[in-house]
Amino acid sequence: MSINATLIGQMITFALLVWFTMKYIWPPLFDSLEERKKKIADGLAAAEKGHEEILLAEKKAKGVIKEAKEQSSEIVNLAQKRANDLIEESKDTAKQEGERLLLAAKAQIEQEIQQAKEGLRQEVADLALSAAEQILGAEIDKAKHQDIISKVSKQLG
Amino acid sequence: MATEAHAAEGVTGYIIHHLTPLHVGEGFWTLHLDTLFFSAVLGGLFVWFFKTAAEKATSGVPGLVQNFAEMMIEFVDTQVKDSFHGESKLIAPLALTIFCWVFMWNFMDLFPVDILPLIGSMMGIDYLRVVPSTDLNATFAMSISVFCLIIFYSIKIKGPWGFAKELMFQPFGPWLLPFNLLLKLVEEIAKPISLALRLFGNLYAGELIFILIALLPWYLQPVLSFPWAIFHILIITLQAFIFMVLTIVYLSMAHEHH
Repeated sequence: MSINATLIGQMITFALLVWFTMKYIWPPLFDSLEERKKKIADGLAAAEKGHEEILLAEKKAKGVIKEAKEQSSEIVNLAQKRANDLIEESKDTAKQEGERLLLAAKAQIEQEIQQAKEGLRQEVADLALSAAEQILGAEIDKAKHQDIISKVSKQLG
Repeated sequence: MATEAHAAEGVTGYIIHHLTPLHVGEGFWTLHLDTLFFSAVLGGLFVWFFKTAAEKATSGVPGLVQNFAEMMIEFVDTQVKDSFHGESKLIAPLALTIFCWVFMWNFMDLFPVDILPLIGSMMGIDYLRVVPSTDLNATFAMSISVFCLIIFYSIKIKGPWGFAKELMFQPFGPWLLPFNLLLKLVEEIAKPISLALRLFGNLYAGELIFILIALLPWYLQPVLSFPWAIFHILIITLQAFIFMVLTIVYLSMAHEHH
């Protein structure tokens, strides 16, 4: 068991191995480890962020839905009110129209009664006149007794 | 030692044979070819595996290879971040290399003690010691490299004067300068020695026990080697881990101002 030149050979081998490891082995492996570490950290951060964004979006969506509901109920209320108004209005119109028609009919009836009365009066007058003519014959002068006939026909009317 | 191994027969011969490295050269300029070969092959395996993972590295869904590589990276990075509070491009890759390489060295211990030397002897190799961490050269090479880095960073961060001051005036103030210096020098030098000897001692002892078990009758071997191998899985991982953590701690001490 002696120390000899093998020592020098071993030291050279060792130096070469360390140099090679330092230059070509450690950096790429270590870098890939660090890079993966970073990737994973980034991924986790992104997932966290995504989660937060989902929560935010959900909150936002809820707000939008609530707003939409409010708006729709408002619209429904308005439409109902408008429909009620329309019904009221058309009721009024119909009533008025009915009254108007009734009045017109009444007026027409009145007018027709008046006409019939006029016709009847004329006829009665003519009848009375012809009856009187027949009774009195030629003795009665139409022109002389005109005012009497008129008086009679007025009483008839 | 090699001649002794040739001469010795029986049990001692078997043990010495297993603990003798394949070597060339004389004196200091001896090279342990098996240590150099296996540690280089294992280092190559480590680099190849992690390079494959690094080339295919994606921040998307990782594959099986990348998953494992990333697990190791995360594990080492956690250890570094726990004890080291500075900025350094070197220390984490250094720690990863130490952990994986030492673990693979130690893992060679779990191969049956005779199988690789047997294959070696078929190929005409007489001696083969397959576990690099049972070679003091391998463990000291690593710990001395770490020691050099400790000195380098101490001087770089604190400045030559700052480092010298720390050696001279701590922990007992300027009046006990020689004592401080002695204490500090022992402390610094103890670092690489303890690092190297701890790893070497654990693995050498482990290997020795595997060899001793291999000497027992065949029906006793599984009963002993199986629990020892299970226990050894813990030891080899723990030793690799200790080497890595102590390296990080020593280097972070070198980075700190007092």
